[in-house]
Amino acid sequence: MLNEYVDGTVDPAVCEEFEKHMAGCNPCKVVVDNIRKTITLYKDGQPYAMPMQFRERLHGVLRQRWKETHQPQKKAEL
Amino acid sequence: MANQFSPETSDAELVRLAKAGELDAFEALTNRYEQRVFGLAMRMLRQEQDAEDVAQQTFLSVLENLEGFRGEASFSTWVLRIASHAALKIIRKRKGLNTVSLEETTEPSDDFNSIPHPEFIADWRQSPEHLVERNEIRRLLDDALTRLDEKHRLVFLLRDVEGLSIQETAAALDLSEANVKVRLLRARLQLREDLTRVLGDPERQLVRLPHHHE
Repeated sequence: MLNEYVDGTVDPAVCEEFEKHMAGCNPCKVVVDNIRKTITLYKDGQPYAMPMQFRERLHGVLRQRWKETHQPQKKAEL
Repeated sequence: MANQFSPETSDAELVRLAKAGELDAFEALTNRYEQRVFGLAMRMLRQEQDAEDVAQQTFLSVLENLEGFRGEASFSTWVLRIASHAALKIIRKRKGLNTVSLEETTEPSDDFNSIPHPEFIADWRQSPEHLVERNEIRRLLDDALTRLDEKHRLVFLLRDVEGLSIQETAAALDLSEANVKVRLLRARLQLREDLTRVLGDPERQLVRLPHHHE
């Protein structure tokens, strides 16, 4: 229930009841607000940038594997 | 890396082209997801070398298994699933375990009744918009994440950071939706507790009267 409330996906009928409770329960309101802010912080925080050197290496490895797995006949012919 | 595909080209179309043997389409898919995979791995493992290993294993696995990918799940869910399992494997190895199981049966206590209630309740002193600009915040966020059990951490990262739905998260981790919800709530509450103890304003701390919301 708390999950759905945080996400704003609660069934409106149930939500009304929950809203009523929330209106009179300040600690609950603050907890929900804290959770939403927690999610925002993680979602909008600075992402980890993949190192450029690794990216080049990764693409090199993938191209190599692609060639190995995609042209077996040609290789056999050579 | 320049390629001929526009951002509007769907993942499904790129998958179709890659299956037909177009390396450019496969590279375009890699370009789309490599940062997300690396970021997820960094947040799970906090170690660059390990995160690079996860990224490499993930895309090699995508390359090798693309033929068998039938598109029941979205491509993004499939990639994040592979990355999640690769990251878990490293965590289990670090702990000296060989299994990568996320099985629910190992967690009999994972039900809503066993979730601890909020303790430190207070409004935060600053808004998230201000906080994300502070450098020391990343450390705080990562430390709090690390204190979470990896099962809970993964659910939180996939659902709340990567934006998968509950259903997609369940599919990616081979869990039931009910289990995802319990783990998500546990993760959210624990992170809230940890962050609020640092970011909350003690002068505005509230006392919670015991009651249930289930």
